Amino acid sequence: MKLSADQDKCIGAGRCVLVAPELFDQRDDDGVVEILQEQPPPAQLEIARNAVALCPAAALFAEDA
Amino acid sequence: MASRTSRTVIVGAGAAGLATAEALRAGGFEDELVLLGDELHDPYDRPPLSKQLLSGSWTDDRAVLRTREQLRSAGVAYRPGVRATGLNTAEQALTLDDSASVEYDALVIATGMTPRRLPFGHDLRGVHLLRTMDDLVGLRSELRPDSRVAVVGGGFLGCEIAATCRLLGASVALVEPMELPLRNVIGDDLGALVADLHREHGVAWYLGRSVAGFLSVDGRVSGLRLTDGRELDADVVVVAIGAVPCVEWLDGSGVLLAESGGVRCDEHGRAQDGVWAVGDVAAWYSPRHARWIRVEHRFTANQHAQVVAADILARRPFITTAAAAAEPMVPYFWSDQYDFKLQVHGVPSGAFEVVEGSLDERRFVGLYVDDGRVSAVAGAGMAKALRRWRQAVVDLTPVTDLPGWRSAV
Ligand SMILES: Cc1cc2nc3c(=O)[nH]c(=O)nc-3n(C[C@H](O)[C@H](O)[C@H](O)COP(=O)(O)OP(=O)(O)OC[C@H]3O[C@@H](n4cnc5c(N)ncnc54)[C@H](O)[C@@H]3O)c2cc1C
Ligand code: SF4
Repeated sequence: MKLSADQDKCIGAGRCVLVAPELFDQRDDDGVVEILQEQPPPAQLEIARNAVALCPAAALFAEDA
Repeated sequence: MASRTSRTVIVGAGAAGLATAEALRAGGFEDELVLLGDELHDPYDRPPLSKQLLSGSWTDDRAVLRTREQLRSAGVAYRPGVRATGLNTAEQALTLDDSASVEYDALVIATGMTPRRLPFGHDLRGVHLLRTMDDLVGLRSELRPDSRVAVVGGGFLGCEIAATCRLLGASVALVEPMELPLRNVIGDDLGALVADLHREHGVAWYLGRSVAGFLSVDGRVSGLRLTDGRELDADVVVVAIGAVPCVEWLDGSGVLLAESGGVRCDEHGRAQDGVWAVGDVAAWYSPRHARWIRVEHRFTANQHAQVVAADILARRPFITTAAAAAEPMVPYFWSDQYDFKLQVHGVPSGAFEVVEGSLDERRFVGLYVDDGRVSAVAGAGMAKALRRWRQAVVDLTPVTDLPGWRSAV
């Protein structure tokens, strides 16, 4: 799986970080998402999908490799 | 033999309906999945309508959530332009406006809301609502830098429309019956902040008054008459006075409604056996609040979708889902007005107290404290700090246990 984010859509909700703190962080100044691991390890795949599905700004994408 | 869900029908192809379809497929749902909605567009996101799409900073396709090709390849039978007109739960069948009827094994109600209208004036050209992509296109086509816009209703939607119209250069009047905008949602302190913010940007507030009638010339609006007798010139009017759940098609179906007018569901989104409801139309029982709450915010659509998909899947043998229900049901919303980006976790009630930053700088985190516990946190410009404070809402923390709590609220 490959994770990506559209930072222009991100509204800094931090939902992704709450769900998957090992995969996402927020920029300090404006809270915009930063991806920590573009390729989540197997144990994090389900969590990654959940984070993508919950993002209220539809700013996250998971492409199945 | 154990019964097996063979066809799930989702009515309403907005954020909640779409997210439910996708969560079902992501959870391994293999049977027939029909997503029908009365709009003709590919499923799209509504929050950008009052922001990036109205201002023109995004092209309209950026609000599209999924194209029909993507839906097809995900195995979702998307049927745009189809309206559900009735429901027979005994026969597990829906009637549709194209006169066919569809049987279901599981039904998900995701019909959202429709804007409230004034009792007059909506037949005039120049008078708009904003809920759909079509509404947006109509409103935007009339906005010019020299437009005189009157926005009726100073809720979040009205405030965002006013802000975007100002950014486009139009003059803007905002009419709001309360003395402070949004005081019923976010309280007096933040209501006052929002009022000042718009004043600084040149919006003329008409608070404590509402609209008594429209002025028009040749079928086109030319102004408003307020309840205090004052007349305002306007060539574009946007009515943003709230919305009501789309439930009329459920009349006679036996599906129960909550006081808020939404479909009454338990905390898993079940309305009755085989019927679920998600998103703006759904009033879920909230154990935290010990009542049914209907939340009209974008995040709730996603949250509901995860829980309902897991519930539908769990009814079937041999399929397990993980992820879903771990997330506590704390609502979340945001609103963008000019450079001010407000975020709120929880359902605000009680007194408001700033705990980081300051309201003057418009960079802050504040808590709402009700009965000694944190009901919600609100913040702007301090995203990460706000995220940390959210835990106090999840835990319903007694304020006396909070580090840095100074006040005797
Ligand atoms: C302009 C605007 C700005 C917003 N901004 C924000 C924001 O900044 N932050 C935030 O948190 N929230 C915001 N929201 C709220 C958010 O968009 C909603 O909470 C979200 O769209 C709810 O999704 P839903 O799928 O439940 O309903 P909807 O998106 O309304 O989708 C319901 C769909 O069902 C269709 N439908 C209705 N009846 C039938 C029927 N009988 N048969 C078939 N189809 C039917 C409707 O046409 C619609 O397409 C905004 C809303 C609007 C309108
Ligand atoms: S959940 Fe979405 S909007 Fe929120 S920080 Fe993550 S990417 Fe941004």
